[in-house]
Amino acid sequence: MTISHKMLGYLRQDGRKGIRNYVAVCYLVECAHHVARAIANPFEERGVHLIGFGGCYPNAYAERMMRKLCTHPNVGAVLLVSLGCESFDRRGLEEAIRQSGRAVHSLVIQQTGGTRKTIDMGRQWIQTTLAMMEPFPTAPMRLHELVIGTVCGGSDTTSGITANPAIGLAFDLLIAQGATAIFEETGELIGCEHIMAERAVTHDLADELIATVGKAAKYYATLGHGSFALGNAEGGLTTQEEKSMGAYSKSGSSKICGILKPGDAAPTGGLYLLDMVPDGPVRFGFPNINDNAEIAELIACGSHMILFSTGRGSVVGSAISPVIKVCANPQTYHRMADDMDVNAGRILEDSATLAEVGREVFESVIATAQGKKTASESLGHQEFVLTYKYFEPLGPSCLPHA
Amino acid sequence: MEFSSSDARLLFVDPKDNVCTATRAIESGTPVQLSGHTVFISETVPFGFKIAACKIALDDKVVKYGVPIGSATRDIAIGEMVHVHNMKSDYLPTYTLDPRDRP
Repeated sequence: MTISHKMLGYLRQDGRKGIRNYVAVCYLVECAHHVARAIANPFEERGVHLIGFGGCYPNAYAERMMRKLCTHPNVGAVLLVSLGCESFDRRGLEEAIRQSGRAVHSLVIQQTGGTRKTIDMGRQWIQTTLAMMEPFPTAPMRLHELVIGTVCGGSDTTSGITANPAIGLAFDLLIAQGATAIFEETGELIGCEHIMAERAVTHDLADELIATVGKAAKYYATLGHGSFALGNAEGGLTTQEEKSMGAYSKSGSSKICGILKPGDAAPTGGLYLLDMVPDGPVRFGFPNINDNAEIAELIACGSHMILFSTGRGSVVGSAISPVIKVCANPQTYHRMADDMDVNAGRILEDSATLAEVGREVFESVIATAQGKKTASESLGHQEFVLTYKYFEPLGPSCLPHA
Repeated sequence: MEFSSSDARLLFVDPKDNVCTATRAIESGTPVQLSGHTVFISETVPFGFKIAACKIALDDKVVKYGVPIGSATRDIAIGEMVHVHNMKSDYLPTYTLDPRDRP
Protein backbone atom coordinates (compact mmCIF):
# COMPACT_ATOMS: atom_id res chain seq x y z
CA MET A 1 0.00 0.00 0.00
CA THR A 2 1.33 3.41 -0.87
CA ILE A 3 0.68 6.12 1.64
CA SER A 4 -0.15 9.53 0.25
CA HIS A 5 2.36 12.21 1.15
CA LYS A 6 0.12 15.04 -0.04
CA MET A 7 -0.07 17.83 2.51
CA LEU A 8 -1.87 21.16 2.72
CA GLY A 9 -0.36 23.94 4.81
CA TYR A 10 -1.89 27.10 6.25
CA LEU A 11 -0.27 29.86 4.25
CA ARG A 12 1.52 32.66 6.16
CA GLN A 13 2.65 36.03 4.87
CA ASP A 14 6.38 35.15 5.18
CA GLY A 15 5.89 32.14 2.88
CA ARG A 16 6.09 29.55 5.63
CA LYS A 17 3.22 27.11 6.06
CA GLY A 18 1.60 25.78 9.20
CA ILE A 19 0.32 22.26 9.81
CA ARG A 20 -2.14 23.63 12.39
CA ASN A 21 -4.05 26.91 12.55
CA TYR A 22 -4.10 27.65 16.26
CA VAL A 23 -5.03 30.81 18.14
CA ALA A 24 -2.50 31.61 20.88
CA VAL A 25 -3.63 33.33 24.07
CA CYS A 26 -0.51 34.76 25.75
CA TYR A 27 -0.14 36.09 29.26
CA LEU A 28 2.75 38.52 29.59
CA VAL A 29 3.26 38.04 33.33
CA GLU A 30 2.07 35.42 35.83
CA CYS A 31 -0.45 37.98 37.20
CA ALA A 32 -2.37 37.69 33.91
CA HIS A 33 -2.13 33.88 33.72
CA HIS A 34 -5.49 33.07 35.31
CA VAL A 35 -7.38 35.56 33.14
CA ALA A 36 -5.67 34.26 29.98
CA ARG A 37 -6.44 30.65 30.95
CA ALA A 38 -10.09 31.49 31.63
CA ILE A 39 -10.33 33.11 28.20
CA ALA A 40 -8.76 30.11 26.43
CA ASN A 41 -10.39 27.27 28.38
CA PRO A 42 -13.85 27.14 26.69
CA PHE A 43 -12.11 26.96 23.29
CA GLU A 44 -9.66 24.18 24.15
CA GLU A 45 -11.25 21.79 21.62
CA ARG A 46 -11.17 24.47 18.92
CA GLY A 47 -7.41 24.95 18.76
CA VAL A 48 -6.94 27.81 21.20
CA HIS A 49 -3.64 27.38 23.04
CA LEU A 50 -2.30 29.10 26.14
CA ILE A 51 1.32 30.25 26.32
CA GLY A 52 3.05 32.97 28.31
CA PHE A 53 5.96 34.26 30.30
CA GLY A 54 5.58 34.44 34.07
CA GLY A 55 8.40 36.84 34.91
CA CYS A 56 7.89 40.52 35.72
CA TYR A 57 11.51 41.59 35.08
CA PRO A 58 12.57 42.10 31.46
CA ASN A 59 14.54 39.40 29.61
CA ALA A 60 15.61 39.65 25.97
CA TYR A 61 15.55 35.86 25.51
CA ALA A 62 11.97 35.52 26.77
CA GLU A 63 10.77 38.43 24.63
CA ARG A 64 12.42 36.91 21.54
CA MET A 65 10.97 33.48 22.32
CA MET A 66 7.47 34.96 22.62
CA ARG A 67 7.88 36.83 19.35
CA LYS A 68 8.98 33.66 17.53
CA LEU A 69 6.22 31.56 19.08
CA CYS A 70 3.47 34.11 18.31
CA THR A 71 4.60 34.25 14.67
CA HIS A 72 5.12 30.48 14.38
CA PRO A 73 3.63 28.95 11.20
CA ASN A 74 1.17 26.88 13.27
CA VAL A 75 -0.30 30.08 14.80
CA GLY A 76 -2.97 32.03 12.92
CA ALA A 77 -3.98 34.68 15.47
CA VAL A 78 -2.85 35.93 18.87
CA LEU A 79 -4.51 37.49 21.91
CA LEU A 80 -2.12 39.16 24.36
CA VAL A 81 -3.21 39.43 28.00
CA SER A 82 -1.30 41.93 30.13
CA LEU A 83 -1.82 43.01 33.72
CA GLY A 84 -0.55 46.47 32.82
CA CYS A 85 2.45 47.14 35.05
CA GLU A 86 4.78 44.29 34.03
CA SER A 87 7.93 45.15 32.10
CA PHE A 88 7.24 42.95 29.05
CA ASP A 89 7.42 44.92 25.79
CA ARG A 90 3.75 44.33 24.89
CA ARG A 91 3.61 46.95 22.13
CA GLY A 92 6.75 45.57 20.47
CA LEU A 93 5.31 42.04 20.52
CA GLU A 94 1.93 43.22 19.23
CA GLU A 95 3.59 45.14 16.40
CA ALA A 96 5.74 42.14 15.39
CA ILE A 97 2.63 39.93 15.24
CA ARG A 98 0.70 42.53 13.21
CA GLN A 99 3.65 42.88 10.79
CA SER A 100 3.52 39.10 10.27
CA GLY A 101 -0.02 39.44 8.88
CA ARG A 102 -1.75 37.74 11.81
CA ALA A 103 -4.83 38.96 13.65
CA VAL A 104 -3.71 40.30 17.04
CA HIS A 105 -5.38 42.03 19.95
CA SER A 106 -4.18 43.14 23.39
CA LEU A 107 -6.17 43.25 26.60
CA VAL A 108 -4.72 45.11 29.60
CA ILE A 109 -6.49 43.96 32.74
CA GLN A 110 -5.87 47.21 34.64
CA GLN A 111 -7.42 49.21 31.79
CA THR A 112 -10.36 46.95 30.90
CA GLY A 113 -11.59 46.93 34.50
CA GLY A 114 -10.43 43.71 36.09
CA THR A 115 -10.77 39.95 35.82
CA ARG A 116 -14.41 39.46 34.80
CA LYS A 117 -14.53 42.17 32.14
CA THR A 118 -11.23 41.05 30.59
CA ILE A 119 -12.35 37.42 30.43
CA ASP A 120 -15.62 38.45 28.73
CA MET A 121 -13.86 40.69 26.22
CA GLY A 122 -11.21 38.05 25.53
CA ARG A 123 -13.77 35.32 24.87
CA GLN A 124 -15.69 37.61 22.53
CA TRP A 125 -12.52 38.36 20.57
CA ILE A 126 -11.68 34.66 20.30
CA GLN A 127 -15.23 33.85 19.14
CA THR A 128 -15.09 36.50 16.39
CA THR A 129 -11.55 35.60 15.36
CA LEU A 130 -12.27 31.86 15.09
CA ALA A 131 -15.22 32.66 12.80
CA MET A 132 -13.01 34.95 10.70
CA MET A 133 -10.33 32.30 10.34
CA GLU A 134 -12.60 29.90 8.50
CA PRO A 135 -11.99 29.18 5.71
CA PHE A 136 -8.27 29.99 5.90
CA PRO A 137 -6.03 30.07 2.80
CA THR A 138 -4.09 26.86 2.34
CA ALA A 139 -1.49 25.75 -0.19
CA PRO A 140 0.14 22.44 -1.08
CA MET A 141 3.02 21.76 1.28
CA ARG A 142 6.06 19.69 0.39
CA LEU A 143 8.21 17.57 2.68
CA HIS A 144 11.17 19.95 2.34
CA GLU A 145 9.08 22.68 4.00
CA LEU A 146 8.76 20.69 7.23
CA VAL A 147 10.84 21.50 10.31
CA ILE A 148 11.00 18.66 12.85
CA GLY A 149 12.57 18.79 16.31
CA THR A 150 13.49 15.90 18.59
CA VAL A 151 13.87 15.55 22.33
CA CYS A 152 14.00 12.69 24.83
CA GLY A 153 12.51 12.58 28.29
CA GLY A 154 11.93 9.93 30.91
CA SER A 155 14.73 7.92 29.30
CA ASP A 156 15.67 4.41 30.38
CA THR A 157 18.02 1.69 29.18
CA THR A 158 15.80 1.04 26.14
CA SER A 159 15.77 4.65 24.83
CA GLY A 160 19.23 4.49 23.30
CA ILE A 161 18.68 1.17 21.50
CA THR A 162 15.14 1.48 20.10
CA ALA A 163 13.34 4.85 20.02
CA ASN A 164 16.38 7.11 19.63
CA PRO A 165 17.99 5.27 16.70
CA ALA A 166 14.52 4.89 15.12
CA ILE A 167 14.06 8.68 15.30
CA GLY A 168 17.55 8.99 13.80
CA LEU A 169 16.46 6.85 10.83
CA ALA A 170 13.30 8.96 10.42
CA PHE A 171 15.50 12.09 10.48
CA ASP A 172 17.67 10.61 7.71
CA LEU A 173 14.54 9.96 5.59
CA LEU A 174 13.21 13.50 6.20
CA ILE A 175 16.55 15.17 5.48
CA ALA A 176 16.90 13.15 2.26
CA GLN A 177 13.66 14.88 1.17
CA GLY A 178 15.09 18.30 2.03
CA ALA A 179 13.34 18.78 5.38
CA THR A 180 14.94 20.53 8.35
CA ALA A 181 15.65 18.41 11.45
CA ILE A 182 16.81 19.78 14.80
CA PHE A 183 18.32 17.87 17.73
CA GLU A 184 19.56 19.32 21.01
CA GLU A 185 20.50 18.41 24.61
CA THR A 186 24.18 19.35 24.34
CA GLY A 187 24.56 18.35 28.01
CA GLU A 188 23.71 14.78 26.94
CA LEU A 189 26.31 14.80 24.15
CA ILE A 190 29.35 14.97 26.43
CA GLY A 191 31.84 12.33 25.33
CA CYS A 192 30.72 12.12 21.71
CA GLU A 193 31.52 15.68 20.64
CA HIS A 194 34.46 14.54 18.48
CA ILE A 195 32.34 11.91 16.75
CA MET A 196 29.69 14.58 16.18
CA ALA A 197 32.29 17.04 14.89
CA GLU A 198 33.28 14.55 12.15
CA ARG A 199 29.79 15.00 10.70
CA ALA A 200 30.09 18.79 10.41
CA VAL A 201 29.98 20.22 6.88
CA THR A 202 32.94 22.56 7.57
CA HIS A 203 36.01 22.47 9.85
CA ASP A 204 34.92 25.71 11.50
CA LEU A 205 31.53 24.24 12.28
CA ALA A 206 33.26 21.15 13.73
CA ASP A 207 35.17 23.43 16.14
CA GLU A 208 31.94 25.21 17.06
CA LEU A 209 30.20 21.88 17.78
CA ILE A 210 33.01 20.82 20.13
CA ALA A 211 32.95 24.23 21.83
CA THR A 212 29.16 23.98 22.27
CA VAL A 213 29.43 20.67 24.13
CA GLY A 214 32.35 22.07 26.15
CA LYS A 215 30.19 25.01 27.18
CA ALA A 216 27.43 22.62 28.27
CA ALA A 217 29.84 20.42 30.26
CA LYS A 218 31.22 23.45 32.09
CA TYR A 219 27.78 24.90 32.74
CA TYR A 220 26.40 21.66 34.20
CA ALA A 221 29.57 21.02 36.22
CA THR A 222 29.25 24.48 37.77
CA LEU A 223 25.71 23.57 38.77
CA GLY A 224 27.07 20.34 40.29
CA HIS A 225 25.15 18.21 37.83
CA GLY A 226 27.07 15.48 35.99
CA SER A 227 25.60 13.48 33.14
CA PHE A 228 26.69 9.94 34.02
CA ALA A 229 25.13 8.64 37.24
CA LEU A 230 25.35 5.39 39.21
CA GLY A 231 21.81 4.52 38.15
CA ASN A 232 22.98 4.48 34.52
CA ALA A 233 25.51 1.72 35.29
CA GLU A 234 22.85 -0.24 37.17
CA GLY A 235 20.74 -0.14 34.01
CA GLY A 236 23.56 -1.57 31.88
CA LEU A 237 25.21 1.59 30.57
CA THR A 238 28.96 1.45 31.19
CA THR A 239 30.54 4.72 30.05
CA GLN A 240 29.80 8.39 29.41
CA GLU A 241 30.41 7.79 25.70
CA GLU A 242 27.84 4.98 25.60
CA LYS A 243 25.18 7.04 27.36
CA SER A 244 25.80 10.06 25.15
CA MET A 245 25.77 7.96 21.97
CA GLY A 246 22.34 6.69 22.97
CA ALA A 247 20.98 10.26 23.13
CA TYR A 248 23.00 11.32 20.07
CA SER A 249 21.55 8.49 17.95
CA LYS A 250 18.35 10.56 17.63
CA SER A 251 20.30 12.74 15.18
CA GLY A 252 20.65 9.93 12.62
CA SER A 253 23.60 9.83 10.23
CA SER A 254 23.18 12.91 8.01
CA LYS A 255 25.79 15.66 7.84
CA ILE A 256 25.38 18.40 10.45
CA CYS A 257 24.96 21.67 8.58
CA GLY A 258 24.66 24.19 11.41
CA ILE A 259 24.07 25.26 14.99
CA LEU A 260 20.98 27.19 16.11
CA LYS A 261 20.17 28.99 19.33
CA PRO A 262 16.59 29.22 20.68
CA GLY A 263 14.44 31.23 18.25
CA ASP A 264 16.83 30.97 15.27
CA ALA A 265 15.25 29.63 12.09
CA ALA A 266 17.35 27.27 9.96
CA PRO A 267 18.29 29.01 6.67
CA THR A 268 18.25 25.73 4.69
CA GLY A 269 17.02 22.15 5.02
CA GLY A 270 19.27 19.62 6.71
CA LEU A 271 20.37 18.68 10.21
CA TYR A 272 20.98 21.29 12.93
CA LEU A 273 22.11 21.17 16.54
CA LEU A 274 20.16 23.48 18.85
CA ASP A 275 22.48 24.94 21.48
CA MET A 276 20.17 25.50 24.44
CA VAL A 277 22.83 26.14 27.12
CA PRO A 278 22.99 29.85 28.00
CA ASP A 279 26.09 31.92 27.22
CA GLY A 280 28.21 33.70 29.76
CA PRO A 281 28.48 32.88 33.45
CA VAL A 282 25.89 30.62 35.09
CA ARG A 283 22.81 32.62 36.04
CA PHE A 284 19.04 31.97 36.30
CA GLY A 285 19.66 28.29 37.20
CA PHE A 286 19.41 25.14 35.07
CA PRO A 287 19.50 25.62 31.29
CA ASN A 288 16.16 23.89 30.83
CA ILE A 289 14.07 23.11 33.88
CA ASN A 290 12.10 20.30 32.19
CA ASP A 291 11.34 18.66 28.83
CA ASN A 292 8.75 21.28 27.87
CA ALA A 293 11.29 24.09 28.18
CA GLU A 294 13.32 22.26 25.51
CA ILE A 295 10.24 21.61 23.39
CA ALA A 296 9.28 25.32 23.49
CA GLU A 297 12.77 26.22 22.22
CA LEU A 298 12.59 23.70 19.37
CA ILE A 299 9.19 25.16 18.43
CA ALA A 300 10.58 28.72 18.59
CA CYS A 301 13.11 27.57 15.95
CA GLY A 302 10.12 26.83 13.69
CA SER A 303 9.52 23.13 14.44
CA HIS A 304 6.12 22.07 13.09
CA MET A 305 6.16 19.05 15.36
CA ILE A 306 8.35 17.27 17.89
CA LEU A 307 9.50 13.65 17.97
CA PHE A 308 9.65 12.76 21.66
CA SER A 309 11.48 9.59 22.71
CA THR A 310 10.51 8.13 26.07
CA GLY A 311 11.38 4.92 27.92
CA ARG A 312 9.82 5.33 31.33
CA GLY A 313 6.74 6.98 29.86
CA SER A 314 6.27 10.73 29.52
CA VAL A 315 2.74 11.94 28.83
CA VAL A 316 3.41 15.55 27.80
CA GLY A 317 2.44 17.31 24.61
CA SER A 318 2.89 20.98 23.88
CA ALA A 319 1.20 24.20 22.97
CA ILE A 320 1.67 25.33 19.32
CA SER A 321 3.17 22.16 17.80
CA PRO A 322 2.06 18.52 18.04
CA VAL A 323 4.28 16.05 19.90
CA ILE A 324 4.70 12.50 18.56
CA LYS A 325 5.59 10.06 21.33
CA VAL A 326 7.96 7.28 20.36
CA CYS A 327 7.96 4.78 23.22
CA ALA A 328 11.24 2.90 23.62
CA ASN A 329 10.19 0.36 26.23
CA PRO A 330 7.61 -2.30 25.29
CA GLN A 331 6.42 -2.72 28.89
CA THR A 332 5.85 1.04 29.20
CA TYR A 333 4.01 1.02 25.89
CA HIS A 334 1.59 -1.70 26.96
CA ARG A 335 0.98 0.08 30.28
CA MET A 336 0.48 3.57 28.77
CA ALA A 337 -0.56 2.89 25.15
CA ASP A 338 -3.13 5.74 25.09
CA ASP A 339 -0.32 8.25 25.52
CA MET A 340 1.95 6.81 22.82
CA ASP A 341 2.05 7.16 19.04
CA VAL A 342 4.77 4.68 18.05
CA ASN A 343 5.80 1.50 19.85
CA ALA A 344 9.56 1.32 19.22
CA GLY A 345 9.68 -1.37 21.92
CA ARG A 346 8.56 -3.83 19.22
CA ILE A 347 12.25 -4.00 18.31
CA LEU A 348 12.88 -5.71 21.67
CA GLU A 349 9.84 -7.98 21.29
CA ASP A 350 11.20 -9.16 17.94
CA SER A 351 8.08 -8.00 16.09
CA ALA A 352 9.75 -5.18 14.13
CA THR A 353 13.20 -4.15 12.97
CA LEU A 354 14.82 -0.80 13.69
CA ALA A 355 14.36 0.12 10.01
CA GLU A 356 10.63 -0.68 10.16
CA VAL A 357 10.11 1.47 13.25
CA GLY A 358 12.16 4.28 11.68
CA ARG A 359 9.84 4.14 8.67
CA GLU A 360 6.81 4.16 10.98
CA VAL A 361 8.10 7.31 12.73
CA PHE A 362 8.59 8.93 9.30
CA GLU A 363 5.04 8.00 8.25
CA SER A 364 3.62 9.34 11.51
CA VAL A 365 5.33 12.69 10.77
CA ILE A 366 3.52 12.82 7.42
CA ALA A 367 0.18 11.80 8.95
CA THR A 368 0.54 14.47 11.65
CA ALA A 369 1.38 17.09 9.02
CA GLN A 370 -1.74 15.99 7.12
CA GLY A 371 -3.80 16.83 10.20
CA LYS A 372 -4.03 13.56 12.12
CA LYS A 373 -4.03 14.28 15.85
CA THR A 374 -1.21 12.79 17.91
CA ALA A 375 -1.98 10.95 21.16
CA SER A 376 -1.06 13.94 23.33
CA GLU A 377 -3.09 16.30 21.13
CA SER A 378 -6.17 14.07 21.42
CA LEU A 379 -5.74 13.97 25.19
CA GLY A 380 -5.61 17.78 25.35
CA HIS A 381 -1.98 18.15 26.39
CA GLN A 382 -0.76 21.71 25.81
CA GLU A 383 2.13 22.05 28.27
CA PHE A 384 4.20 25.20 28.01
CA VAL A 385 6.98 26.77 30.07
CA LEU A 386 9.33 29.68 29.47
CA THR A 387 12.00 30.87 31.90
CA TYR A 388 14.81 33.42 32.11
CA LYS A 389 17.95 32.83 30.01
CA TYR A 390 20.79 34.72 28.38
CA PHE A 391 22.21 34.13 24.89
CA GLU A 392 24.72 35.83 22.65
CA PRO A 393 24.18 35.81 18.87
CA LEU A 394 25.49 32.86 16.81
CA GLY A 395 29.10 32.89 15.67
CA PRO A 396 29.89 33.32 11.93
CA SER A 397 30.73 29.63 11.35
CA CYS A 398 27.47 28.30 12.77
CA LEU A 399 25.17 28.63 9.78
CA PRO A 400 25.36 27.49 6.16
CA HIS A 401 24.63 30.06 3.47
CA ALA A 402 21.03 29.81 2.30
CA MET B 1 34.37 -7.29 9.98
CA GLU B 2 30.68 -7.24 10.76
CA PHE B 3 29.06 -9.12 13.59
CA SER B 4 25.46 -10.16 13.72
CA SER B 5 23.02 -12.51 15.31
CA SER B 6 19.77 -14.06 14.19
CA ASP B 7 18.95 -14.43 17.89
CA ALA B 8 16.11 -12.09 18.97
CA ARG B 9 17.64 -11.91 22.46
CA LEU B 10 20.67 -10.08 21.08
CA LEU B 11 20.35 -6.62 19.47
CA PHE B 12 23.03 -4.97 17.35
CA VAL B 13 22.49 -1.21 17.02
CA ASP B 14 25.07 -0.91 14.21
CA PRO B 15 26.68 -3.61 12.02
CA LYS B 16 30.17 -2.41 13.09
CA ASP B 17 29.46 -3.12 16.78
CA ASN B 18 31.56 -5.76 18.60
CA VAL B 19 29.06 -5.85 21.47
CA CYS B 20 25.33 -6.49 21.37
CA THR B 21 22.60 -5.76 23.91
CA ALA B 22 20.50 -8.37 25.72
CA THR B 23 16.85 -7.66 24.87
CA ARG B 24 15.82 -9.81 27.84
CA ALA B 25 17.64 -11.40 30.77
CA ILE B 26 19.75 -14.38 29.64
CA GLU B 27 20.58 -17.09 32.19
CA SER B 28 24.11 -18.36 32.70
CA GLY B 29 24.83 -21.35 30.43
CA THR B 30 22.20 -20.44 27.82
CA PRO B 31 23.33 -21.16 24.24
CA VAL B 32 23.00 -18.20 21.83
CA GLN B 33 23.93 -17.70 18.17
CA LEU B 34 26.72 -15.15 17.67
CA SER B 35 28.47 -14.52 14.36
CA GLY B 36 27.67 -18.04 13.17
CA HIS B 37 28.86 -19.74 16.37
CA THR B 38 26.90 -21.32 19.17
CA VAL B 39 28.16 -19.61 22.31
CA PHE B 40 27.25 -20.38 25.91
CA ILE B 41 26.59 -17.29 28.01
CA SER B 42 29.11 -17.45 30.86
CA GLU B 43 27.16 -15.52 33.49
CA THR B 44 23.57 -14.31 33.83
CA VAL B 45 23.20 -11.14 31.77
CA PRO B 46 20.41 -8.77 32.84
CA PHE B 47 18.14 -7.04 30.30
CA GLY B 48 19.86 -4.05 28.67
CA PHE B 49 23.43 -5.19 29.39
CA LYS B 50 26.10 -5.82 26.75
CA ILE B 51 27.61 -9.09 25.49
CA ALA B 52 30.85 -9.46 23.51
CA ALA B 53 30.14 -10.54 19.91
CA CYS B 54 33.77 -11.59 19.38
CA LYS B 55 36.98 -11.87 21.35
CA ILE B 56 37.96 -8.38 22.54
CA ALA B 57 41.62 -8.12 23.64
CA LEU B 58 42.98 -5.92 26.43
CA ASP B 59 43.01 -2.26 25.28
CA ASP B 60 40.86 -3.01 22.23
CA LYS B 61 38.01 -0.59 21.59
CA VAL B 62 34.52 -1.63 22.60
CA VAL B 63 32.27 -0.57 19.70
CA LYS B 64 28.53 0.24 19.97
CA TYR B 65 26.53 2.61 17.73
CA GLY B 66 29.38 1.99 15.28
CA VAL B 67 31.82 4.02 17.42
CA PRO B 68 34.14 3.33 20.37
CA ILE B 69 32.37 3.69 23.70
CA GLY B 70 35.50 2.76 25.71
CA SER B 71 38.19 0.08 25.80
CA ALA B 72 38.71 -3.36 27.35
CA THR B 73 40.59 -3.47 30.67
CA ARG B 74 41.32 -7.19 30.14
CA ASP B 75 40.80 -9.87 27.49
CA ILE B 76 37.10 -10.50 26.97
CA ALA B 77 35.82 -13.77 25.49
CA ILE B 78 32.97 -14.05 22.99
CA GLY B 79 29.67 -14.36 24.86
CA GLU B 80 31.01 -12.66 27.98
CA MET B 81 29.15 -9.77 29.58
CA VAL B 82 30.86 -6.38 28.97
CA HIS B 83 30.48 -3.80 31.71
CA VAL B 84 32.45 -1.79 34.29
CA HIS B 85 34.41 -4.93 35.41
CA ASN B 86 36.13 -5.40 32.04
CA MET B 87 35.94 -2.08 30.17
CA LYS B 88 36.46 1.62 30.88
CA SER B 89 35.68 4.99 29.41
CA ASP B 90 38.28 6.56 27.09
CA TYR B 91 36.69 9.91 27.51
CA LEU B 92 39.20 12.66 28.15
CA PRO B 93 37.54 16.03 28.52
CA THR B 94 39.18 18.68 26.38
CA TYR B 95 38.10 21.26 28.91
CA THR B 96 38.19 21.38 32.69
CA LEU B 97 36.08 23.22 35.16
CA ASP B 98 37.63 26.48 36.24
CA PRO B 99 37.87 26.32 40.06
CA ARG B 100 36.48 29.87 40.15
CA ASP B 101 33.26 28.57 38.58
CA ARG B 102 32.61 26.15 41.43
CA PRO B 103 29.55 27.06 43.46
